[in-house]
Amino acid sequence: MANIKDYASPVRSTWCVGCGDYGILNSLKQALVKMDLEPHEVLIVTGIGCGSKLPDYMTVNGYTSLHGRPIPIAQGIHLANHDLKVIVVAGDGDTYGIGGNHFIHALRRNADITIIVQNNAVYGLTKGQYSPTSPKGFPTKTSPPPTGAIEPPVNPIALALAAGATFIARSFSGNPPHLTDMIVAAISHQGCALLDVLQPCVTFNRDHSYDFYRQRVYNVEEEGYDPSNREVAWEKSSEWGDRIPIGILYMVEGKPTYEDQVTTLKSGPLVKQGLRSWGESDYEALEAEFT
Amino acid sequence: MIKNNMTLKIGGEAGQGVESSGAGFAKALARGGLHLFGWQDYMSRIRGGHNFFQIKVSDRPLYSHSDEVHLLLALHPETIDRHKDEIATGGGIVYDENLNVDHDYLKEKGIKLFPIPLLKIAEETGTKIMANTAALGATAGITEYDFEHIASVIRDNFVKKGQEVVNTNLEVARRAYDLGRERYAADFDFKLETVKAPARMVINGNHALCLGAVLGGCRFVSAYPMTPATPIIEWMSTHADRYGLVTKHSEDEIAAICMAIGASHAGVRAMTATSGGGFSLMVEALGLAGMTETPLVVVEVQRAGPSTGMPTRTEQGDLLFMIHASQGEFPRIVLAPGSVEECFYAGWRAFNLAEKYQCPVIILSDTFLANSLRTVECRDFNFKSVELDRGELLTEEAVDQLSEGYKRYAITDTGISPRALPGHPNTVFVACSDEHTQDGHFEDEDPDNRIQMVEKRFRKMEVALKEMRTPTLYGPQEAEFTFVGWGSTYGPVRETVDRLNEGGNKANFLHFTDIWPLPEDKISHLLETTNHIIGVESNSTGQFAKFLRTYTGRKIDHQILRYDGQPLSPEYILTKLQVGGGDHG
Ligand SMILES: Cc1ncc(C[n+]2csc(CCOP(=O)(O)OP(=O)(O)O)c2C)c(N)n1
Ligand code: SF4
Repeated sequence: MANIKDYASPVRSTWCVGCGDYGILNSLKQALVKMDLEPHEVLIVTGIGCGSKLPDYMTVNGYTSLHGRPIPIAQGIHLANHDLKVIVVAGDGDTYGIGGNHFIHALRRNADITIIVQNNAVYGLTKGQYSPTSPKGFPTKTSPPPTGAIEPPVNPIALALAAGATFIARSFSGNPPHLTDMIVAAISHQGCALLDVLQPCVTFNRDHSYDFYRQRVYNVEEEGYDPSNREVAWEKSSEWGDRIPIGILYMVEGKPTYEDQVTTLKSGPLVKQGLRSWGESDYEALEAEFT
Repeated sequence: MIKNNMTLKIGGEAGQGVESSGAGFAKALARGGLHLFGWQDYMSRIRGGHNFFQIKVSDRPLYSHSDEVHLLLALHPETIDRHKDEIATGGGIVYDENLNVDHDYLKEKGIKLFPIPLLKIAEETGTKIMANTAALGATAGITEYDFEHIASVIRDNFVKKGQEVVNTNLEVARRAYDLGRERYAADFDFKLETVKAPARMVINGNHALCLGAVLGGCRFVSAYPMTPATPIIEWMSTHADRYGLVTKHSEDEIAAICMAIGASHAGVRAMTATSGGGFSLMVEALGLAGMTETPLVVVEVQRAGPSTGMPTRTEQGDLLFMIHASQGEFPRIVLAPGSVEECFYAGWRAFNLAEKYQCPVIILSDTFLANSLRTVECRDFNFKSVELDRGELLTEEAVDQLSEGYKRYAITDTGISPRALPGHPNTVFVACSDEHTQDGHFEDEDPDNRIQMVEKRFRKMEVALKEMRTPTLYGPQEAEFTFVGWGSTYGPVRETVDRLNEGGNKANFLHFTDIWPLPEDKISHLLETTNHIIGVESNSTGQFAKFLRTYTGRKIDHQILRYDGQPLSPEYILTKLQVGGGDHG
C-alpha cells in the first residue's frame, strides 16, 4: 500500500507562505496515495516556474525540464515506457504561453499523459509580469497602466476543447478535497487529460486571491452537469465572472490514445522490449533493399 | 573504345521522374558489378524546377563525382541548355526526337546527337508515362550495357503493379534498347560492360546512417521534416513496424528533440534528425541533455546558408555552431562522417558514445553526403560487427541490490555516474535542469557544489577523448603538400590526391571524422610532420582551419573553399590549386 510518507521530501520549499502551489502539492500526493501508486511508478515532468520546483518537494521520479517543454518530454518518456504514470505539472506561462504549440498537439493526438496546470494568471518566478491567462487590463511591469495587459486572456478550457481534448477539468487549490478528486480523475483518464488549477499567487497577483475564487467557484457536479456533452461544454467553457465552474467540464471515454495506435507498442513498453536481436533474415532484408 | 569509365547525367523538370530514373539506372549498374558515384541535385520546388541525377561509373571504387559528362539523357530541352558545356569530347545527348533542340549549335561543338522516338515507343507499346523506361533502355543500348540488368530493375520496381505492367515496361525498354544500339552504338565510344564482382549495395549517406542507427539499437526517432534530413525520419517511419521502432513526426523541432530526450531518459536509445534551421530551435534542449546527462543522438544534415538559405544545396557551414551551440558549458561529442561507410559506423557508434558519456552526440552530415549514392560491398557494411555498449547503465539486478540513497549524479573519478532508469523503487530520482546536487535536487546557488558538478561533467570528456579517433592519412607518409579536410570533403579530396599522385608522390590527405573533443596533442604531433597544408572545406570562412589553429596552434597554409551551394569536386580543387593554391588562410 502506498503511504503519504513515502512521498515526503527532505527538501525545504522556497515557495512563499500561502502560495497556492502548496495545495496542489498536497492534493497530488493525496491523489497518488488514493490511487495506490508508489513513487517509482510515477514520473512528474515540470517546466520552469515557481510551481515547477514541485518534484523537489516530493519523493518521486521527476524531470524538471525547460520553460515550455515538459509536454514533449513527457510524451517521449511515456512512448518509451507506458508503464509509468507520466504527469506534467507546469505553470500557465509554461503551458499556454511558451509551450502553447505542444499543448495543442498533445491534446489533439490524445497522448496518454496528464497535464496539471498551476494557473496563477501571472509569471511568478520572474517576479510578476502578466501571463497568457491574466485578464485584459491587468497591470504589471510589462503591462503598465493605464492600459494594463492589452490582449484578452487565453481561455484554456475552450482552447483544449477546440484542440480535441478528451478530458478537461478545472479545480481550485483552495479546495483540497475537490482538487484531489480531480487529480485522481485526470490521472485515471485514458488519454490526454487537462486539469487547470486556479492557483493563487499571494505575492504577485492580489486580484486572484483565495477570497476572489472562494466567492466565485462552484462545482458543476452539484448542478447535475453532463460532461459528455460537447455543446454544453462549449457553453461552459466561456463562463467566467461572478460564477466560475470547477469540476470535469468535458470528458469522452473510450477514444483510443496515441500510444494505443502505435504498432510497436502493442508488444509492451518500448524500454522493456530491450535492444532488438537481429537475425540473418533481417540482414538479408536490409541488404536486399539496397542491392 | 573506353570501357566502364564514364559519367551519365539524367536531367529533367521536377516531377518528370529524374530521381527514380537515376536510382533505377544506378541499381542496374551495381547489379552488373560496376562501381558508381551518384549525385543528384534538385531544386526546392515540386514542379517546374530543373533537376539532375549524375552517375559516374567505373570498374574501380569511386569516392566522388567528376564534372565532365559523357552521356546526357535529356528529358527536357532545358537539360541541354544547362549542361551542354559539361559534355566531354566524344560525348553525346540522348533525347526524344520531338524535343526542340538547337542541332546546329550542338553539332558545331562536336557533341553527338542521339534522338530516339522515346514517347512514340512508350505510347505504341504501353502508355506515355513509360517514356522514362524507354530512355533508360535507349541509354543502355547506346552504351551496349547488358539488357538483363535493366530488366531486373524494371521487374523489381514494377512487381507491385502486376505482371502486365512489368511486361509492358520490359517491352518498352527492349524496343528502345534495340533502337539505340542499332542506330548509335557504333558511333559512341563509351561502353558499359558487366564485371564479375561480389554483391554491392547502392546507398546514400542518409540511409547508411539509418542502417547504422537501427542496428545500433536505436528504437525511438522523433523529427520534424526538413531538407535534406527528411529521408531519415521517412525511412525510420516506413521501417518502424518491421524493426520495432517508435517514430514521431512531431509538431516542431523543439518537440522533436524533447521527445527524444524523454525517451532516452526512460531508457530507450533515441535520436532526432534535422538540418541547421531545425537544429537552431533545438539548441536550448541540447543544453538540457547536457545538464541532465541524458544520452542523446542528434543528426544535423547541413544545407547552404543561414535562415532558409539554399534548401537543396550543400555546405559545411555549421561546424563551429555544432561545437559551441547552447549557453553555458557542457560536454558533447561531434562526429563528421565523410563517406557512406563512415555514416554507417557513426550511426551505431554515436549511441554507444552517448550512453557511455551520458551526453549529447551530434552527427554532422550535409546535403552532398546525405544525397550522394555509392556502391559499397555488402561486407564493408558488416552488420555483425556492430557493437553495443551501454556504458554504466545499471542492470535490473544491480538496482535490486542497491540499498538506500541512489545518487543519479554521484561524483566519481571518471565523472560518469552510474545511470538507473526510472521505474524501480530503489532508484527514485529527479533529473534536474537547474544546477543540482548529486542526488538531483535543485542547488542553483552554492558555489562549491557548482564547481564540483562542472568538473564532474567535464571529467567525462577526458575519458571520451581517449577513444576519439585521430584523422586518417590517405596517400604516402611524406608528400610535398598535405590536404586537410573533414566530413564530406573526403571523396573529392581523395580523388584529387589520386590524380595528383599519378605522376609521383605529391600529395597526401588527413581526413578528420572525430571533431570534438579533439585530441589536441596527438594532432599537433601529426601536423608537425607535414610540409605545406591545404585546407579544403565547403564554406566561406574556413571554419575547420580556424578550429584547428585554435586547438593545435598550426596555421593552415592555403585554403580551398567552396560556398556556391555545389559540392566540391576533384576538378574544382585542381583548378583552384593551379590558380595559386586557393585563398590565403
Ligand atoms: C526560454 C526561457 N525564457 C524565459 C525564461 C524565464 N522564465 C522562467 S519562469 C518564467 C515564467 C513563469 O511563469 P509560469 O510558467 O506561469 O510559472 P509560475 O512561475 O507562475 O509558477 C519565465 C518567463 C526561461 N527560464 N526560459
Ligand atoms: S511568487 Fe507566487 S507563485 Fe511564486 S511561490 Fe510566491 S506565491 Fe507562489
